[in-house]
Amino acid sequence: MSGPSDYQPSNPALQWIERRLPILGLVHSSFVVYPTPRNLNYWWTFGAILSFMLGMQILTGVILAMHYTPHADLAFKSVELLVRDVNYGWLLRNMHACGASMFFFAVYIHMLRGLYYGSYKEPREVLWILGVIIYLLMMATGFMGYVLPWGQMSFWGATVITNLFSAIPYVGESIVTLLWGGYSVGNPTLNRFFSLHYLLPFLIAGVVVLHVWALHVAGQNNPDGVEPKTEKDTVPFTPHATIKDGFGVACFLLLYAWFIFYMPNYLGDADNYIPANPGVTPPHIVPEWYYLPFYAILRSIPNKLAGVIGMFSAIIILCFLPWLDAAKTKSSKYRPLAKQFFWIFVAVCILLGYLGAQPPEGIYVIAGRVLTVCYFAYFLIVLPLLSRIETPRPVPNSISEAILAKSGKAVASIAVALVAAGALFVGTLGDARAEEGGPKPPGNNWSFAGPFGKYDRGALQRGLKVYKEVCSNCHSLSYIAFRNLGDPGGPGYSVAQVAAFASDYKIKDGPNDAGDMFERPGRAADYFPSPFPNEQAARAANGGAAPPDLSLITKARSYGRGFPMFLVDFFSQYQEQGPDYVSAVLQGFEDKAPEGVTIPEGSYYNKYFPGHAIKMPKPLSDGQVTYDDGSPATVAQYAKDVTTFLMWTAEPHMEARKRIGLQVFVFLIIFAFLMYFTKKKVWADSH
Amino acid sequence: MNPDASTIAAGAPIEVDLSPVAEGQDIKVFWRGKPIYISHRTKKQIDEARAVPVASLPDPQSDEARVKAGHDQWLVVIGICTHLGCIPIAHEGNYDGFFCPCHGSQYDSSGRIRQGPAPANLPVPPYQFVSDTKIQIG
Repeated sequence: MSGPSDYQPSNPALQWIERRLPILGLVHSSFVVYPTPRNLNYWWTFGAILSFMLGMQILTGVILAMHYTPHADLAFKSVELLVRDVNYGWLLRNMHACGASMFFFAVYIHMLRGLYYGSYKEPREVLWILGVIIYLLMMATGFMGYVLPWGQMSFWGATVITNLFSAIPYVGESIVTLLWGGYSVGNPTLNRFFSLHYLLPFLIAGVVVLHVWALHVAGQNNPDGVEPKTEKDTVPFTPHATIKDGFGVACFLLLYAWFIFYMPNYLGDADNYIPANPGVTPPHIVPEWYYLPFYAILRSIPNKLAGVIGMFSAIIILCFLPWLDAAKTKSSKYRPLAKQFFWIFVAVCILLGYLGAQPPEGIYVIAGRVLTVCYFAYFLIVLPLLSRIETPRPVPNSISEAILAKSGKAVASIAVALVAAGALFVGTLGDARAEEGGPKPPGNNWSFAGPFGKYDRGALQRGLKVYKEVCSNCHSLSYIAFRNLGDPGGPGYSVAQVAAFASDYKIKDGPNDAGDMFERPGRAADYFPSPFPNEQAARAANGGAAPPDLSLITKARSYGRGFPMFLVDFFSQYQEQGPDYVSAVLQGFEDKAPEGVTIPEGSYYNKYFPGHAIKMPKPLSDGQVTYDDGSPATVAQYAKDVTTFLMWTAEPHMEARKRIGLQVFVFLIIFAFLMYFTKKKVWADSH
Repeated sequence: MNPDASTIAAGAPIEVDLSPVAEGQDIKVFWRGKPIYISHRTKKQIDEARAVPVASLPDPQSDEARVKAGHDQWLVVIGICTHLGCIPIAHEGNYDGFFCPCHGSQYDSSGRIRQGPAPANLPVPPYQFVSDTKIQIG
């Protein structure tokens, strides 16, 4: 994209095309011979990583949209069925959902890299502003995508964020109505968000083209911040940058795959496995981790309108960065003071992210205000001031001179930066429900935990029996069909066993030719029938509290692990908060509430239930269900078995996920090594 | 992109029978997708709401202006927190009124904001009494 190309293809057919549309020349000049500075470090591979992630999100998103139903009554179910029934649907969904987080993770590194090395300075102002526009579009896309599964967090996140616009004087309310397409968040809102969520990624792709264009006109910045002067300062894009980016992408894929295959719910919120309910607000509404710093700024400002303005200015201020920081030296490498303030700024962002996940009370509010001031002070006071008072270290005359002077110091600074970036990532994942009081559910030794976890077949079959004889009297299991009992990775029933199991049930069908509904024996394709015809009946029969559907219960319940356990969990792949909680509640009933705790009439005391007053009476007692295989008929065993069964109903493809995960990891590690050695070979003469 | 005709039609006024609501109880009905709290206030709640000096409130409004004259025991408010749209819980908080679990706003027994980040009182929807025990919302 830098001027006319002298590219001449040798193939006559290509020559014919090239004379009419010089697209090959464009590609050749932009991605093959394009001169790229010789001294770029690995922080520069995030541009390629981001392009890759955008492509990945569009590809998985288009396929997901083929199976998704954008309707308030059907969206939640369509996502669940997509995960359960579509071939590799679970993989597509995990790739897309974790992909959003990875996309933001990469964009934050990309932005901080630009900030550190002064990539926004003359002549790259437009390039930088285009980047801010991409970031804004990404935020809008990410937010609307999070609404689509139509879980509790989706619904209430949409409510809170759209209500931000009501703070605008005079026209605010009309804008909000326009966003909703109704009087509240509802089906029209979901429909338009789906439409826009499909559209915006292509707008992003368009702006990315402009971004790359501007990049190739101005040329890449580099860690030393001196423009290339002679040919010795640059290397051709292909193969040097291509292969280096390939290695960067391969390493990034390892992290991405870690989430897809082993921690798919680590970055999500358990509440989003509860279908949206306009009548119940979750106790803590927490946005996705990548919005948390801005959410913290919003909440730190006590006035509603000022809070909204503060939040948006925190992003818009980036557009003015090229003029706020007037220092001539680009790279912070040669700016001793700017370097220190940069890392303080990174720490401020991480802490703001942490506060965004905490309940807005006490010390958190004060800390939030202090950090909000720090955030803006960095842009409005520190950077303008530094450009006047700081004496930069001498900058090398050229890139080749900088490479010759290169010492081992860079390794140390990269290590520091890596640690900080890692902390930025995980530091923003604080869980708001960390300190809700009450004892934490005890840990268990689940057969399905860890990277090689598998369901214990015996436990699944016994758990099914417990569900059928006890739980199913009140709780539905509506996403599970009888046929699932014979699926690989499940209880392992044969086709005949499934048919026999199904035929025990009476399924309502119809209408028949006479227009009447009738009952018939169940078939393999039927779903587990619900004990109550509708939610109101379930509510009325159970003292006002409808027993929740159990298909997803082990993923829809969680408890905060708190700092620093959630950091440890990332490495230990601990994902079993839900099963631990379910099993603890089943065993947490006590006949008498401890002193000082009053339990309303019609409720029961449970040690692990939030608030301790549960409407469900103690469901299990020793000897209630007879086991045929000689397992002990105790409450502890029942709880363990039924929880294992319910974990399977929530994640029927878990075994396939972990098995494929292992294969992908073996492949990626080999691939990354190959890329690394190829890269070394290609760059052998250039360092 | 404004609401379509069917959405508007579904937002037509609704009638609510108040006779089953005992003193001290409240019910939640949905109108235009929004929860409306109808509280049958006790004498104590009414007195509390009226004892507060109006000028001291963040969003000054007298209790009399928020209920219909002659039906002082009935409080009808839209149960949507004026901060960021969560649903406050009735009979909670320090003011015998509503408490929003999202960001801690507290409303009194007249639905007026007393503490927390919300800027305004819970709005009173348009409604009138069609009889002593029946109201029409909308």
